[in-house]
Amino acid sequence: MNSTPEIQSELMVIGSGLTGMAAALFAANRNISTTLVGRPAEINFASGLLDLMAVHPVKRSQVWRDPWAAIAAMCRDNPNHPYARLNPDDISLAIEEFTCFLAGEGLRYRWRARQNVEVITPIGTTKPTYCVPDTMWNGVEALEGRRRGLLIDFHGLKGFSARQIAESLRHRIPGLRTIRITFPDSRAEVYPEAVARSLENPSTLKRLSREIQPHTGKARWVGLPAILGIHRSADVCGRLEAMLGLPVTEIPTMPPAITGIRLREAFEQGLPQLGVQTFLQHQIVETPETDGSGFRFLIGGDDNVTPVATRGAVLATGRFFGRGLRADRSMIHETVFDLPVCQPETRRQWHRKDFFDPRGHNISRAGLETDDRFRPVNQDGRPIYPTLHAAGSILAHQDWIRMKCGAGLAIATAFGAVNAYLKANPRS
Amino acid sequence: MKTQVLIIGGGVTGTGLARDLAMRGVHCIVVEKRDINAGASGGNHGLLHSGARYVGSDPEAAVECREEGRLLKQLAPHCIENTGGLFIAVKGDDPRYIADFPGMCERCGIPCRRLDPVEARELEPELSENVIAAYQVEDATVDPFKLSLDNMAHAQRLGAVLLRDTRVTAFERQGSRIRTVRLIDTRTGRAISIEADQIVNASGAWAGNVAALAGATIKMVYSKGSMLVTQNRVTGRVINRLRQASDADIIVPGGTVSILGTTSVRVESPDVIYPEIDEVDRIIDDSAAVVPSLATTRYIRAYCGVRPLVRPECEADDRCASRGFTLRKHENAGLENFVSITGGKLTTYRLMAEKTADIVCRRLGVSEPCRTRTDPLPSSVDAKWTEPGLAPSLWMKKGNPNDILLCDCEMVPQSTVDSIVDSIQKQNGPAALTAIGLRSRIGKGPCQGTFCSQRVAAYLYDRRTLNAGQGIGELRGFLRERWRGQRPLLWDTSLIQSELQEAMHCGLFGLDLPSSLPTEKDR
Repeated sequence: MNSTPEIQSELMVIGSGLTGMAAALFAANRNISTTLVGRPAEINFASGLLDLMAVHPVKRSQVWRDPWAAIAAMCRDNPNHPYARLNPDDISLAIEEFTCFLAGEGLRYRWRARQNVEVITPIGTTKPTYCVPDTMWNGVEALEGRRRGLLIDFHGLKGFSARQIAESLRHRIPGLRTIRITFPDSRAEVYPEAVARSLENPSTLKRLSREIQPHTGKARWVGLPAILGIHRSADVCGRLEAMLGLPVTEIPTMPPAITGIRLREAFEQGLPQLGVQTFLQHQIVETPETDGSGFRFLIGGDDNVTPVATRGAVLATGRFFGRGLRADRSMIHETVFDLPVCQPETRRQWHRKDFFDPRGHNISRAGLETDDRFRPVNQDGRPIYPTLHAAGSILAHQDWIRMKCGAGLAIATAFGAVNAYLKANPRS
Repeated sequence: MKTQVLIIGGGVTGTGLARDLAMRGVHCIVVEKRDINAGASGGNHGLLHSGARYVGSDPEAAVECREEGRLLKQLAPHCIENTGGLFIAVKGDDPRYIADFPGMCERCGIPCRRLDPVEARELEPELSENVIAAYQVEDATVDPFKLSLDNMAHAQRLGAVLLRDTRVTAFERQGSRIRTVRLIDTRTGRAISIEADQIVNASGAWAGNVAALAGATIKMVYSKGSMLVTQNRVTGRVINRLRQASDADIIVPGGTVSILGTTSVRVESPDVIYPEIDEVDRIIDDSAAVVPSLATTRYIRAYCGVRPLVRPECEADDRCASRGFTLRKHENAGLENFVSITGGKLTTYRLMAEKTADIVCRRLGVSEPCRTRTDPLPSSVDAKWTEPGLAPSLWMKKGNPNDILLCDCEMVPQSTVDSIVDSIQKQNGPAALTAIGLRSRIGKGPCQGTFCSQRVAAYLYDRRTLNAGQGIGELRGFLRERWRGQRPLLWDTSLIQSELQEAMHCGLFGLDLPSSLPTEKDR
């Protein structure tokens, strides 16, 4: 194993999910020299939808039309929720800054200022969310307008059945028709990434449109699985609309999904251009050293280790799926710094007996407790390291899956953490 | 509907009895309130006992096991893996039991060969260094689902009828005879009535409840036993702890996995039972004393069953209650066409069916002898897909690129789902996701249905097997059922998996939220 020379950086962002990517973006936009480390995995499972807040209280499954009202109600009832450490204007600014970056990378989003919208899911349910990729917005409006449409699926694309969606949505949108297209040429299994890339080729797209054209009939819109291109999805959708003369919408597919790859690639390309030093094939290989004025990390790739010295850090490693938390038979641990994890007393309390228990599982609310500056604290409520901040789903007292607040939590707490660091370490 | 014999319960006894009767030319209907092997017949180790386990506690049962185990190995070899078994004692185990064991086996006519601990560890390298005594016996493993499905399939070929999702609601008596049995289709709510000459209560843990409907009494004790499934098979043979039968003393290989257990916990009702975290931890700690790697191996799921025990001898430990079976004619309740068969073991199911069929036939005036003792059990398509590794090997052999794999963990392709749906539809029931899971390896791998549940649901819509909003209920039901077995084992990798499962099915699909489901009218 080779050791490369030490890197000096002001801020280390650990984790390359939505939170880590957002934190690196916010730091770079504030002229903080930033290093990002972590192998992107979780982000490949992203649906592309940016939830803000839709369900509160979880145990009553109350779905809110206005996410801001939901946040206000939730912060009143649960002042420990990470959102309660932010003011709504900051959350709003965070989303603006985040989506502005994505728009620059070709991923445009749409939303209504004070309103959650409903998006069609691959199983034919609808899901409340906030910011929706441009390529999925026509679906939102078609659902609202109960407009008759044509749903397309592909031979060999597993877990995506246009008929399932049409049948399950029959009570919401009458008259949905479906067709299955053999694409590109065989009935064998279709790999979404290959199809998405090939559809960026205009002649392939033209062939697709010719297959669809004879079936449009009285349809007022056309829905397809979200595999219309990777880097230029808006472009691909737009051209297909022009060819068909109908609004086209993408419908999310089962994860891991193209929608996740789009996000990942947008960050992989955009962050280095902002000056972020990214180590996306690396991870932290030993417990970081600290001397009170900063950290020394050892990050390792396939065949080398690199020391990185930084002043501050943002821990954005996620929960269990992101490997930020790890559980053995009796306890939950934080994996990088071995920080104290707020958690139920015993494993018996981790999960409910019913998977769909409306209260959610207690383990989902376990995580790191922080001060108002998003710094992990010890049992006495004191920050453990003066310049270590934590953000995203690793934070305690939230249940992003059930509250439908995952992306909002990631983006807003990353924003809060970076701003808190900046405030304590102002630019000269 | 009319029949000669109505059998209540689609477990291994009920399906075995259906086959026995059908082979004697007797018409029968099996009614099952859920699905094949939904009770203890599906909630066990799948251990085909040599009898050695019971030499100390129940010599009579030990002899029955010895005889029936040998018969089944000849007659149903396709349901059995003849693994052989070991009895293993480790440091600290009772030396008296160890010393008495060979003598007790001999008295029951059960072959057992003494092994040197070193020899035992050569046979099974995962065994602990603390082995102090070892014996080799003729234990084997049996796939209880295959067994019941094959029994039922053969019975159906001979004219028997199976009604799944059908529960008895009342018996209508006329004097000492039950004339009509009232039932309900639990899916549609439709009422059914069946007239039968003879009625057999083979409802396992529910035998007391069914008997009560007929005005008869059976005092039942419900003893829950939990088991764990590992991701990988840890031993080639069945490993028994060489001690008086107790908790967590059996490790049974089953295809590509191992099954550990069991426990004995008194429960009030057989209806809603869960494998609990304390039980799971106890099983792991105890089993690891014999096979140390079990302390750290990955577990896929847990499950449990209720032993339908009758009349325990002592209150403290339900293992004292006889595992032998009991046949009741309920004559003291004034009934002359109602029989209950309770207790017993998977290994002795055929004998239980035979004895029950003998009584029923005598009452019907049928003199045909039992043929299940001599005629091999035919292998059926219905039962084919429970076997790990079969679907992938056929899939690879055929090499059809259009036959897409729906379950990646266990490599189950579309064609297998087609085959199962066809056979279920012949059994008068809906081809629900859970029913397909029971008859295949779908949902049994490390992802526990996270991905394959929706892939299969989508495919069932494409096939027009599912319509309207049925898929939503199907997915919820399937994931709920899987969850019962996942919940006690969620740490490390399994916890990572379950978080993804919740993120997908609740976070994205919104299955946690009450959806405005399409009503029946929409169909």
